[in-house]
Amino acid sequence: MAKHETPLLDQLESGPWPSFVSDIKRQAETKPECWDILGVLELSYEERITHWKHGGIVGVFGYGGGVVGRYVDLPKRFPGVEHFHTMRVNQPSSKYYTTKFLRQLSDLWEKHGSGMTNMHGSTGDIILLGCRTEELEPMFWDMTHEMNQDLGGSGSNLRTPANCLGQSRCEWSCYDTEEVCYNLTMHYQDELHRPAFPYKFKFKFSGCPNDCVSAIARSDVAVIGTWRDDIQIDQAAVKEYIAGNYPGNGGAHSGRDWGKFDIQKEVIDLCPTECMWMEDGELKIDNSECTRCMHCINVMPRALRPGKDKGATICVGAKAPILDGAQFATMIVPFMKIEKENDYEELIDFIEKIWDWWMVEGKNRERCGECMQRFGLPEFLRIMGLEPLPQHIKEPRSNPYVFWKEEEVPGGWERDVVEFRKKHAA
Amino acid sequence: MGYNPEKPMEGRISDIGPRYYEEFHPPVIKANKGKWLWHEITQPGVLMHKSETGDEVYTVRVGCARLISIEYIREVCDIADKHCDGYLRFTTRNNIEFMVDSKDKVQPLLDTLASYGNSYPVGGTGAGVTNIVHTQGWVHCHTPATDASGVVKAVMDELFEYFVTMSLPAQVRIALACCLNMCGAVHASDIAILGIHRKPPMIDHSRITGVCEIPLAIAACPTGAIKPAKTEVDGKEIKTVKVNNSRCMFCGNCYTMCPAMPLADPDGDGIAILVGGKISNARTMPSFSKMVIPWLPNTPPRWPEVVGAVKKIVETYAADAKKYERVGDWAERIGWEKFFEKCEIPFTDKSIDDYRLAYDTWRTSTQFKYTNAIK
Repeated sequence: MAKHETPLLDQLESGPWPSFVSDIKRQAETKPECWDILGVLELSYEERITHWKHGGIVGVFGYGGGVVGRYVDLPKRFPGVEHFHTMRVNQPSSKYYTTKFLRQLSDLWEKHGSGMTNMHGSTGDIILLGCRTEELEPMFWDMTHEMNQDLGGSGSNLRTPANCLGQSRCEWSCYDTEEVCYNLTMHYQDELHRPAFPYKFKFKFSGCPNDCVSAIARSDVAVIGTWRDDIQIDQAAVKEYIAGNYPGNGGAHSGRDWGKFDIQKEVIDLCPTECMWMEDGELKIDNSECTRCMHCINVMPRALRPGKDKGATICVGAKAPILDGAQFATMIVPFMKIEKENDYEELIDFIEKIWDWWMVEGKNRERCGECMQRFGLPEFLRIMGLEPLPQHIKEPRSNPYVFWKEEEVPGGWERDVVEFRKKHAA
Repeated sequence: MGYNPEKPMEGRISDIGPRYYEEFHPPVIKANKGKWLWHEITQPGVLMHKSETGDEVYTVRVGCARLISIEYIREVCDIADKHCDGYLRFTTRNNIEFMVDSKDKVQPLLDTLASYGNSYPVGGTGAGVTNIVHTQGWVHCHTPATDASGVVKAVMDELFEYFVTMSLPAQVRIALACCLNMCGAVHASDIAILGIHRKPPMIDHSRITGVCEIPLAIAACPTGAIKPAKTEVDGKEIKTVKVNNSRCMFCGNCYTMCPAMPLADPDGDGIAILVGGKISNARTMPSFSKMVIPWLPNTPPRWPEVVGAVKKIVETYAADAKKYERVGDWAERIGWEKFFEKCEIPFTDKSIDDYRLAYDTWRTSTQFKYTNAIK
């Protein structure tokens, strides 16, 4: 595998942002197949088109997913990437690592693969980028035997779940996102490794409505932390903010002079429900009107904290545009306790109720969110055994095309037009 | 002993999942989990979290190319071994975070990071531009309409000052997807860079029978532009598909399902820019990004048209928006007609929705502002 001329890519070695080109070149010194990664990419830059063949079905025995197969369309010219399969490796919750783990994984990938990675894939996996088919099983063997480490998901199955860093390093996390992510990943190993669904299905766990893992946009079941009692206020700390002794928003705006912190302008007037006010030098919140958007807490982290009665709101059905348009997840369960003590029983029951329905009714390659649209939210709530709530909607319907069930209407639907005609001549 | 291809199921270990996260927690994290009281950004890229135990953890956030080598990972490990007792983490936007348990240890860590030149830029916190969530592009994927890593590098070089400072009205999330499968966060980002095609698929009649389950290709079309057809290949009648070109909007989903329907094209393909999406619930509800520039050309290696467009939007927003306003909040407040005027983006019919629920996006009101768009 020879070095290729890369005049276009070379231009991406300058500038302040870390250069992937310089990094690949450095790796090519010990892993010469990396020259072919650069070579084929340079050709794509010249021709403005991809040079990877369609699809590729490879994997390891026992699993139906975890590896994304890929072959270059010019194998003679770029033999180093003739096979260029990606292995998805299930990351630990929150993506904390020891250097021992990362060095061990790097050593294995030096032995079996290209030496290139993505840290991380959008779903959360460690992405090992590029190896030959015959190296898949040996890599999997070494990873499972030497590192106690499994693959992640791909295909029509439960994909690798992910979480925000939660209580590990955030004061706002309303439940232990790391633990539930780990727990459910382990609980559903079979659903993750062996595709049994109409299409892909994702879980994401965010500790609060700031949603740092984008659960509401990127998961079929989004578990988003919240509380149902009062925001905790430290009035002394409020005074420190007003006096300018604590920086607003944790100092997030310190790069520009926005003037002195103004609690009226920056907090009270920006509250979406206008449920805050100052009274005798104290900050007041009408918590019954609060929608827990996080703004005031974000702005005054030392004075305001989420309530003590914590849990999560469960939203269902987010997806990207294909096929019927992008969807955010829809709020389904306003509040659920998320606790390890009962092994997350309530959440697991909820998930399995969705799966029982969607695995039967979902069409081929129909995301859960599309299936919900096809059946309608009222029917989905019936299937889930949930009472309809005003919280389920942004606004009531404006069209009058309402379905009633026959049993809801006195006398039912069986009627005799002859009887009708006795009183109403045609 | 290792893997034996003669007996593939012998000694196989499976369904063990990820490693338990607690093995990887730095001691100060393990000791204070669930006990954090508040946090502060002490300088761009440096966070401090205070625990009810009195403990503090300082986090130094560093930009990362996401597509990285094991040589680079080993270097990151060297830094973590030297300063952080061998612990580190990655963020949900693919930055790296080094953590130390006292203030004294921050500056030596920053000095070490600086000693690597441009490799470890410290930043990505607060009201700035942080890392760009992105996809595979021409490095690994078969359906892209553009590259990922190259465009991201070009944009981040240009917006670098916003990564290392916190001078914007609010955080600006930029995302890139190389096709409209939108792997990642493009559909809900402040600024989204999206690869798009503009030519219908070609049909490889000579291969379609062998490689394609035709009903799946037909069902893959959001606009119903594909129907079954018959044609002759080498004197034999075969089953194939026909595409109604006037109904095709080039999404490429049929190619995802059917290798015999490629559509990539150097001149047709390019990049659309969407703006105004967000994930967080703070102040306003999460919202989708909206298309404001329907097409810019692919111009490797530095995509100057795309970089220029993104920079113009960021700078206009920075100058005009109020504190805490996200790009979408700002555009909604001033009205989209003003957004186009202020950002000097020519408006075209391509930004007018014509798919299914499109009507909800039209203006059914006399409320609008006169701008330079009305001649």
